[in-house]
Order: sequence, then C-alpha cells, then structure tokens
Amino acid sequence: MTLTRRSMLTLSVGAAIGVAAGMRTGPAAASAEDAMAKVKEFAGGAEPATGTITLDAPEIAENGNTVPISVSVDSPMTDDDYVTSVAIYADGNPSPEVITFNFTPLSGEASATTRMRLAKTQNVIAVAKTSKGGVFMDKKEVKVTIGGCGG
Amino acid sequence: MATVKPRVKVPKSASAGEVITIKTLISHPMESGQRKDKEGNPIPRKIINKFTCEFNGQTVFSCDLDPAVSANPYLEFTAKVNEAGTFKFAWVDDDGSVYTHEQEIALK
Amino acid sequence: MKKQYLVSVAAIAMAGALSTAAVAGGPVDEKLVIDGEIEMTTRTAPPEGHPLDELISGWHYRTVETRALETDSFENPGMLGVEDGEQIWNTVEGTEGKSCASCHGDAAESMKDVGAHFPKWDAESGRPINIELQINKCRTERMGAEAYKFDKGGQKPLTAYIKRQSLGTPVSIDLSQGDMQSWWEKGKEMYYTRTGQLNLSCATCHEDHNGQFIRADHLSQGQINGFPTYRLKQGALVSVHNRFRGCIRDTRAEMPAAFSDELMALEVYVTWRGTGLSVETPAVRQ
Ligand code: HEC
Ligand code: HEC
Repeated sequence: MTLTRRSMLTLSVGAAIGVAAGMRTGPAAASAEDAMAKVKEFAGGAEPATGTITLDAPEIAENGNTVPISVSVDSPMTDDDYVTSVAIYADGNPSPEVITFNFTPLSGEASATTRMRLAKTQNVIAVAKTSKGGVFMDKKEVKVTIGGCGG
Repeated sequence: MATVKPRVKVPKSASAGEVITIKTLISHPMESGQRKDKEGNPIPRKIINKFTCEFNGQTVFSCDLDPAVSANPYLEFTAKVNEAGTFKFAWVDDDGSVYTHEQEIALK
Repeated sequence: MKKQYLVSVAAIAMAGALSTAAVAGGPVDEKLVIDGEIEMTTRTAPPEGHPLDELISGWHYRTVETRALETDSFENPGMLGVEDGEQIWNTVEGTEGKSCASCHGDAAESMKDVGAHFPKWDAESGRPINIELQINKCRTERMGAEAYKFDKGGQKPLTAYIKRQSLGTPVSIDLSQGDMQSWWEKGKEMYYTRTGQLNLSCATCHEDHNGQFIRADHLSQGQINGFPTYRLKQGALVSVHNRFRGCIRDTRAEMPAAFSDELMALEVYVTWRGTGLSVETPAVRQ
C-alpha cells in the first residue's frame, strides 16, 4: 500500500481530530460484577438459562445516547404460563439498571423495544422471569463509536 | 420547549384475540443526574420512572425506567385485544407529575 | 475504492478509535421511503458548475439503526419538535393578538413547499434570510412579538414544522433574486477557505473525504436538506447554524455568530450544493 498525498491528509485529519476532541471521561462505570450482582438479585438466586430469550441490539452504535434495543421471549403467554418481567442491564454504564418490562397474559407476547444510553462499548444483558419460575438470559456486546465532529 | 407531550400509535381496530403492536413516544429530557451544567454544578435527576398501559381497567404492560433510558423515551410492546375498549397510558415523572393519554379500539 | 478503504481503516487505527474495520466506506445503496409511501430523492445529479459528480444525502452515510429512525414518522423523535411547532403555529402571541395561523391558516396548504426554497432574498434588509429570520420578521413586524433568540423559544420547532410541509420536495433556491449571487460567491469562498489551527476547510472534509472516516464518524457531503435535524447526540433538534458552528469549532477557528453575514452566505451556498435533494426535515443523524 502506497500512501498518496491525499491519503496522508486523511491520516492527519483523523489524528488531529482525535486529539482535538479529547477522550471522553465519564463518571465511574459499573463493573461487570455489579451488573451480574443485579442479575442474580433479579433472578432470585436461580441460575439463568440461555435460549428462549432473544436480545436484539446493534453491533455498533453510531451514538451511545440513543441505542435501539429489543427483547423477545418465547412464551405461550397464558394465565398459567407467561413471562412476568424482563430486566435490562448494561455492564459499563455508571449504574447497571436500564429498564424493567412487566408483562401480563394480556400483553399477548413477551416482547418490547426501547432506546437506551451506553456510555461506552459494553455488554447489554437481558434477563427474563416466567410465572413458572424459569429464568433466561441473553447478552450482546455493543460497540460505541466516538465521532470526530462534535458539531 | 418544556411541554411534555405523549404520542401513542394504536391501530383503530383489531380482530378478537389479535395481538397488536403499540408504540409510544413522549418528549422528556430524561435528565440522568450524571451531568453537570456550565458552572460545574450537578444537574438534578429528572426522569420518567414508570410507564403503565391498561385496557378496560386491566394492566396490559408496564415498565420501570432508569436514567439509562434515552431522552424522549420510546416504548414499543404488544397487547392482546379480546374486546373493544379503551387503552389508558400513563407516564410518571420524578417530580410527581403524571402524563396520560387514552385511545379507543374497535373490534373488526 | 480499495485504496480509500485501506486509508479509512488506517485513519481509524491512527486515531485510536475502533480498531476493527467496523463499517466499510462509501454511502449505502438504499432507498429512503418515509411511512412506506413518500419516496425521497436522496441521490441526484448536481446543478451546473457543481464540483461533485453526485449529490448524496447524509442519510446514506449513517448506520442501519439511525437510518431506520427516519423512515417512520412515528418513530422519528424529531417529530416531537414538529408537533411542538404545530402548537406554536396556532398560539396567539404579541400585542396584535395574532398567531401564525391567523394570517397563514393551515400550514399544510400555506406553507407547502415553502421551506424548500429558503434562503430567499429580503429586499428590506438587503440580505438573504432563512426560515428562522422570516419567522422573526413576522413576529416583530406583524404580531408585535419579540424576535426569538438563536435556537431559543419556538425557533427550532417552528422552523422544523414549516420545513416538514416540504417533505420530499427537492431543494432549490433562486439565485437571481437581489444580490443572492454575490452572497453565494461569498459562501463559496468560505467553504473552500482553510481556517483554524487545524487548517481545514469545509471542502477538506465534506468534498475531498466524504465516504471516509474521521475516527469513527462516517463523513458525508455535509448537506443541509434535513435541517433542523434530530441528533442522537443531543437528543434534540439541531439547527443549521448550530451545526455550522460546531464544524467550524472543530477546526479550532473562531466561530461566526448565528445569522451573521458569514453564516448566511454559507447557508446560501451549502443549500445550493444540495439542489435537487428532497427536504428530509427532521432528518435523524448521529
Ligand atoms: C399579520 C399577518 C401575519 C402573521 C401573524 C404572520 N405572518 Fe408570516 N407572513 C405574512 C405576510 C404578509 C408574508 C409575506 C410578506 C413577507 O415575507 O413578509 C408572510 C410570510 C411568511 C413566510 C414566507 C412565505 C413564503 O412563501 O416565502 C413564512 C415562512 C411565514 N410568514 C411564517 C410565519 C410564522 C411562522 C408566523 C408565526 C410566528 C407568521 N408567519 C405570522 C403575514 C403574517
Ligand atoms: C474536520 C472535518 C470537518 C470539517 C472541516 C467540517 N466538517 Fe462538517 N461534519 C464533519 C463530520 C465528521 C460530520 C458528521 C458526519 C457527517 O454527516 O459528515 C459533519 C457533519 C456536518 C453536517 C451535517 C450533515 C447532515 O447530514 O446532517 C453539515 C451540514 C456540515 N458538517 C457542514 C460543514 C460545513 C459548512 C463546514 C465548514 C464550515 C464543515 N462542515 C466543516 C466533519 C467536518
């Protein structure tokens, strides 16, 4: 690969802006352990199983202030077998809680979508509890990019 | 504009037993309590902390929100419609205000 | 193209941002259709004398999630601002006891396509005015109300509401009015002048390097057909002059004031650079 004058310019623009924008330093982040402690608390001691629940989140978020996430859980959603709640946690935010969705048989499906804040690249965790005592978990890493132009 | 205004999208009608999708959006800064103003003083937390959706008086869906939910909170969820009736939506603010909205649905 | 791609990866690595080649370069090849029915012109042939081969809306440079937010007018959070604008349109203010609607009636009719043709020449003040300044003109001269300060009060929502009435309409401005041509020249000069400690011009980033990355930001052509835009970063509507000032600040140059001659000239020129692109207001950007 030979660097033309034009590509050199790109390099210097990139580097210069990197410096100009500075690294963002936020408040202390929750650790992965804090998030897992919350998961445990929510699960009431049960060991979450994988499967049954699906968390959808972008692989890369263009801006951490508005990251769309969706969760859905396979469930008949009948009076005697339904998902009671799904909690969302983020293991790199100042605190791990994001939102808790509470469902009823009238929800018809155990699925919900919202938009969340991510302070940096981290894992988003979704945990579901069912009326029959089942606990399920899914986890996705979301990379949060830092833009070059504050604008 | 500091007005807090809910927007809700519910189909006008559904077949009995149909599961419909409901979308809601409310204008609100969701001030996280983590930010500082220009003078460096912390800006106090002020968020929508609870949302509920009822149909003909029965709870369909609710959620508890934390400061990690984005400004202008967007919520999408489903409801099983067995009869015609009225959806009631409520958003609860940290300052105690409750913003509400109602929408009717007919049976096909 | 291959060379450009390598360069962008190198630039990202240099800047210490994402080290994986997360997103490939170049605008995506997709169609923007709003609410499944309004087909938007987001790529078009440039007007005569334009330096670019094709004009491309900033929408094409955003990620799939950001793009999706603009395709549904319910999910687009910028529409909250547009609705605020509608309310203000119908609110009586000032000593004359009038609202915008008192004179202009239903904006869906009276303001249809109007926003696609601003800035316009204002003979009275002998300079071009944008929608924000036209609103202030009506407020002060016809309503006996105070002019909105930059980005304050109803300025952004009303501007967004008026521009929304041109959703899908191609942008075009009339440079034959008054002295518009000389303001266009002045704006063009600004666009190409390198300034600031970083010695960059608008063209360095938005003409020479669009499609490439600055850190993790995918550089677009810097078009303004979607303003005021809803920016995920602010979680709010952002005005054209606010965006201009932000980009100028990033070159570490002095920022001209909003609505100054400099920024009005720049708005005339940059609007022309997007001639033929649909009005997207409120566009959603990162
Ligand atoms: C008393 C009547 C009156 C009121 C009230 C009024 N306007 Fe106007 N407006 C006019 C007239 C007359 C014109 C055309 C002459 C001019 O440009 O000043 C105009 C022009 C405009 C235009 C430009 C239309 C075009 O085709 O270029 C816009 C946009 C506009 N008004 C917006 C507003 C808004 C927003 C408000 C409320 C804040 C408002 N007006 C209140 C009388 C009014
Ligand atoms: C250092 C590089 C750089 C320079 C110089 C620069 N910008 Fe930008 N600008 C960006 C980046 C990065 C973005 C965000 C990504 C994008 O949309 O291109 C942006 C975004 C924009 C946008 C928003 C585009 C949209 O789709 O909403 C506009 C408008 C804009 N710039 C105009 C300008 C103008 C006018 C100038 C000159 C005064 C300028 N920029 C100078 C980097 C730059």
